Amino acid sequence: MSGASTAHSVVEPSAATKRIAAFLVILYAVITMVPLAWIFATAWKTPPDSIAYPPKVVFDPSLEGYCNLFTTRSRQTQDYIAELGPPQGTCDTVTRQREMVIVGPSNYVPRFINSLIIAFGSTFLAVSLGVFAAYAFSRFKIPLKDDLLFFILSTRMMPPIAVAIPIYLMYREVGLSDSALGMILLYTAVNVSLAVWLLKGFIDEIPREYEEAAMIDGYTRLQAFFKVVLPQAATGIAATSIFSLIFAWNEYAFAVLLTSGTAQTAPPFIPTIIGEGGMDWPAVGAGTTLFLIPVVVFTVLLRKHLLRGITFGAVRK
Amino acid sequence: MAEVRLEQAEKRFGDVTAVTGIDLTIHDGEFVVLLGPTGAGKTTTLRLVAGLEMPDHGRVSIGGRDATPLSPMERNVAFVFQQYSLYPHLSVYDNLAFPLRSPTRRVDEATIRHAVERVAKLLRIEQKLQNRATRLSGGEMQRVAIGRALVRSPSIFLMDEPLSSLDAKLRAELRLELKHIQQDLGATVLYVSHDQTEAMTMANRIGVLDHGRLVQIGSPREIYESPRNIYVATRLGMPSINLLPLSAFPSHPAPTGTRTIGARTEHVAIARGNGGAHARVEWVEHLGDQNHLHLAIGEHKLVTLVDPDLDLSVGDAVDIALQQPLYFDADGERIGG
Repeated sequence: MSGASTAHSVVEPSAATKRIAAFLVILYAVITMVPLAWIFATAWKTPPDSIAYPPKVVFDPSLEGYCNLFTTRSRQTQDYIAELGPPQGTCDTVTRQREMVIVGPSNYVPRFINSLIIAFGSTFLAVSLGVFAAYAFSRFKIPLKDDLLFFILSTRMMPPIAVAIPIYLMYREVGLSDSALGMILLYTAVNVSLAVWLLKGFIDEIPREYEEAAMIDGYTRLQAFFKVVLPQAATGIAATSIFSLIFAWNEYAFAVLLTSGTAQTAPPFIPTIIGEGGMDWPAVGAGTTLFLIPVVVFTVLLRKHLLRGITFGAVRK
Repeated sequence: MAEVRLEQAEKRFGDVTAVTGIDLTIHDGEFVVLLGPTGAGKTTTLRLVAGLEMPDHGRVSIGGRDATPLSPMERNVAFVFQQYSLYPHLSVYDNLAFPLRSPTRRVDEATIRHAVERVAKLLRIEQKLQNRATRLSGGEMQRVAIGRALVRSPSIFLMDEPLSSLDAKLRAELRLELKHIQQDLGATVLYVSHDQTEAMTMANRIGVLDHGRLVQIGSPREIYESPRNIYVATRLGMPSINLLPLSAFPSHPAPTGTRTIGARTEHVAIARGNGGAHARVEWVEHLGDQNHLHLAIGEHKLVTLVDPDLDLSVGDAVDIALQQPLYFDADGERIGG
């Protein structure tokens, strides 16, 4: 063995190690993304293509899934369809090819709006309550502080669905069943414990000197909280908001149980999209694809904030 | 600026008594340094004046008015912290403007601009006003922190080791600047430090704290020359005062009751063979302009300064003569002080 070694760092992994790591990461990413890709693809298939066996990987894209997602249709005779005027837009054409006519919008948009209101509403409430509670736990002497914190955490130890029936009965009694307010309160209750614990960690990291300085500079504690603590807790607030939103946005079990009509969210609605002769998989795929967008956008918007917060911490210490 | 007075102030945290029986008056325009090791109660004293802590006993008055029940924002004091001194999410300008923008002050933006620019000029940070607070060097940060205190007219400046996180050169520079600014403004300052150089050079009076008690307060000269006890004597002086039992100097005439002799450099005369106590050179540290001489008198050690021209080397026998040293009794209290 000659001394042909090139200069290399002991800390940096070697090029070969890096290549293996990259390969494994890409492999994992591909595996986890296959179902997503399958959903995106299904959304662009026709209903027959979506259930073809063997599955079609190459297919002619069709807007039928998206059209079906947003409309309700009824079957008509060819004669009836022939007597109608020219089709109004792409969806009309696609529908008539299936010997159907569009009779009105589907419930997808109102369900989607319900999801937006309930998920963002409960996230806002949970994070707002959480940040105040976390500040109090972080800064003040509270009798039985540790026990209270443990109690708050313990609400997360049991699977929420375990209390589904009592909650269902309670909601029915007080008239919160199938109401957006009821769902917001429920998701807030589940998320607030997470918010308190996460945010307490972030607020503990903010030195008290900042608030003390602000109080000496002529601000009340509450003003100092808004002017000094909140801006510095932005990272934690962003992270907590993302976690809360993802939970509330994706929650299925309670939504199925407690909502059916006016307050139904998108998750229980999407699987109920029935076409002729079974599930309308392209419409389900389309509904799922669109359903992913808000959380992705929200996370991407806050991502910059998250990263900046992380580097800030690194510089400060 | 105003006179600030602490009367019999006491503060406990659980079982720990942080400060007790503190009587301290800081006169209008005076610079008082509180000196003591970690845990002596320096910072607690400062926080009591600021209103960040409420005393368990005693009272705090500012400008003749009882301030004990007042919150920090009502006391109109300025505080410079050791670290975390700037609001990291704000620019330098906004940091300096922050106290003036408080809802209680209602200063208009034009006045704020004027005040901020005046202070920035005074502290030579005009070029940095638009920087983010986190994009500053340590020295600039502490300048801005001091500026934030200067931008309004508080009754007193409270400073908690504001220079201790800086390197030695910067510390010396800012020390001088701070003293000049204080003199120009006639500011009342209560300054916490464990650095004796800061205390000696900046203070009108030094208060020495030990275990939550104010042991002695006086001018730097008084504290240095007439310490009340051994503890105070060891606070000042480089190299630190030598404490030797009387038995090390059997021929030295000491007042009755003396147990310990405190000998600073200026109390020790070194010569060869003049009949004093017999000592041996153990080590010589060359510091350039002076030498630290480590001596052994029997089993006792002594460190003093000598002229570098004095040609001594390890193992040399020298004679020591004491010139008006300090005498302490069995309790460590000074005799004849």
